[in-house]
Amino acid sequence: MDDVTRRDLFRIVGSSMVMTGAGSGVLSPALAQHVHVALADAKSLSGGPNYQPKCFTSHNFRTLRKLSEIVIPGASEAGAAEYIDFLSSRNEDLAAIFNGGFAWLDDYMQKKYAADFLTAKPGQQTELLDKLAYQKNHTPEVAGGVQFWTWVRNMVVDAYYTSPAGVKDIGFMGNGAMATFSVPQEAVDYVMKRSPFANEG
Amino acid sequence: MLQVQRSPEVHDVVVIGSGAGGGTTVKVLTDMGINVTLIEAGPMLNPQKDFKEHMWPWEVDHRGVGPHAENYFGKDIYPFGYFLAPNGYWNIPGEPFTVAPDSEFRWFRSRIMGGRTNHYGRISLRFADYDFKPYSFDGLGYDWPITYDEMSPYYDKAEEFIGVTGTREGMRSAPDGKFLPPVPPRVHETLVMHAGKKLNIPVIPSRMAMLTKSINGRAACHYCGQCGRGCRTASAFTSSQAMIFPAMKTGHLNIISNAMARELLVDSQGRVSSVSYVDKATRTEKQIRCRAVVVAASACESARLLLNSKSTKFPDGLANSSGQVGRNLTDTVGYAVSGTVPALEGMPRHNCDGIGGMHVYTPWWELEKKNKDFPRGYHIEIGGGFGMPQIGSFRGVAARAEGYGTKLKDDIRQFYGSQVSFAGRGEMIPNEFSYCEIDPSQVDQWGIPVLRFHFRWSEHEVNMVKHMNKTFTDLISAMGGKVTSREFPEKSASAVSVGGEIIHEAGTVRMGADPKTSVLNKWSQAHEVDNLFVADAAPFNGNPDKNVTLTIVANAWRAAEHLADEMKKGNI
Repeated sequence: MDDVTRRDLFRIVGSSMVMTGAGSGVLSPALAQHVHVALADAKSLSGGPNYQPKCFTSHNFRTLRKLSEIVIPGASEAGAAEYIDFLSSRNEDLAAIFNGGFAWLDDYMQKKYAADFLTAKPGQQTELLDKLAYQKNHTPEVAGGVQFWTWVRNMVVDAYYTSPAGVKDIGFMGNGAMATFSVPQEAVDYVMKRSPFANEG
Repeated sequence: MLQVQRSPEVHDVVVIGSGAGGGTTVKVLTDMGINVTLIEAGPMLNPQKDFKEHMWPWEVDHRGVGPHAENYFGKDIYPFGYFLAPNGYWNIPGEPFTVAPDSEFRWFRSRIMGGRTNHYGRISLRFADYDFKPYSFDGLGYDWPITYDEMSPYYDKAEEFIGVTGTREGMRSAPDGKFLPPVPPRVHETLVMHAGKKLNIPVIPSRMAMLTKSINGRAACHYCGQCGRGCRTASAFTSSQAMIFPAMKTGHLNIISNAMARELLVDSQGRVSSVSYVDKATRTEKQIRCRAVVVAASACESARLLLNSKSTKFPDGLANSSGQVGRNLTDTVGYAVSGTVPALEGMPRHNCDGIGGMHVYTPWWELEKKNKDFPRGYHIEIGGGFGMPQIGSFRGVAARAEGYGTKLKDDIRQFYGSQVSFAGRGEMIPNEFSYCEIDPSQVDQWGIPVLRFHFRWSEHEVNMVKHMNKTFTDLISAMGGKVTSREFPEKSASAVSVGGEIIHEAGTVRMGADPKTSVLNKWSQAHEVDNLFVADAAPFNGNPDKNVTLTIVANAWRAAEHLADEMKKGNI
């Protein structure tokens, strides 16, 4: 089910609840389920191989796609690079952070491995990322890349978990309509057993 | 110079502002067949178009961070996120306010039909008996000219109309009302209830203005948890959907939107004869005549309007011979602590949306305790659960987990839903250093003089926040959790929220028995101007730990009935 159809569904859901009036303004379980299935089938948000970047050079965009996939496997399909490119095309400060970061990254890799980030070996890529990603590994030579890395990581996390794939991966089951609210006993038992109150009846 | 347009028609009642107080006034008066003209500074609301209920973040290219990535850079064009109902702003372009050099204050203003009720938290707590008589209770603040027993029938009406969940508990600090069925606690809330039991802190079903069954022609809640985005089925209370839209069908309501009230004009007897407003679309000033006016523009805007309405009879502002207009400004004392709770990690997934906000809360529980180092108390709002992933949802987890790749993904999955937060909402005692006044040197884009704020917390509030900090830390520890963030690091007085930040301003046009020390009488009617009423939180003599909206509705209802009575008797 594509997005437009699903939005239509919500429109129908919204108006039918208004029209049913007193006492019956709730969704049938079947309709609520329908909404949820729509999420599971939602399409990829990636622009695909022919995507034309709006802000970054084609080289930098490919670097960003690679980086995003390393940060969160699946982020590339979730459109993380497209998301960052889109916003950078509309915000000069953001564009400066990323363009500066790409330049730093390739410069560092060239000096260290005589290859830019994209053409460096996977082990060389992760050697740098391990230095950026853990505070205990920070050295003066990578200090210039830390801010860039933080932006990459935060925005890739944001993009992935606000995509259908991310929502599915994390197991968010809401944003539907329910006739009643209840909590599965299985979830209560799981938590209580692990809590300091495990022995209270 | 543009000519002022004066209309000869005399309107029965002009209501200024369409939030909880204005909406209630409109509802009560039009139900009685009285003709009302409602002036709202913002546009009309269209829930089908304006509400972003049920939208997923990926339905917009920017996923909710703003079309120019605004929220990444702290620009507050969407103060509570892109997906929230149209609600208002911390800063309105062209409509500034100023803050005195020794003060800090933030002022959240709405410019939309329904005002702040379109997005508010809908926590609906009755003030207690002692909240109406605080001075008699402990020698601080001012007694109201009315008692709980006088307000109680109007709380009944308010609750039965807007719909409030809850249970009868028999606690003096949390008077029982006419409740709809409560909603079962979520898993983390069950855990908090156990922690509360261990620490002798009560945790009871929350009192929220969402319909757990259908009443008054509004559909029951469908438990999507998105009340803050605006509810197209009007199952969460808003004054726009529950009060103003139905009143439009009575034939007794005339709405003037995009109209900024400028001044109230008086006749030779000193009674309000007409309302002057700026029609924003044409930038022209218009005047409409009225028999009576109800000001409900929000506490500080209402004070501003009176202060800007100067005449020979009222050189210091309308109905302000007491000098009390703008004084006694209060906000709620806010402080929050969050933590992660290992027991919740990896919890089996389920839909825990429910009603928007908490299903259980803690009313003030130490009323009888002696030797506290602060007066009065606070209630606790509880947060947690599997929220819909949003921009920034996992920033904290990601920062703590460090790393990248499959491990980061696993960490985020494991910690999702294990965060619990406690927010204290406490009472501020009015003090002489906290008030608003007209800034003599600045006007807004409509030529209307702006407000200047003075604000200071006292030792009472600072000490209360220390108590909150300890309580919330203890609750998190009792659950086996670890504190991850404190809303305000412990550093002297600034540990409290900034004044205005909790958006519960009150007290700037206070009521009282004595015209020398108060502006309004017990009916929220000006002592000096009998056809002038105030119907927001401005009449309040204090700002108890119970959030203001339910009492705004009840008090406005009471004032509107009195106004209607007086009109019927020919007194107005």
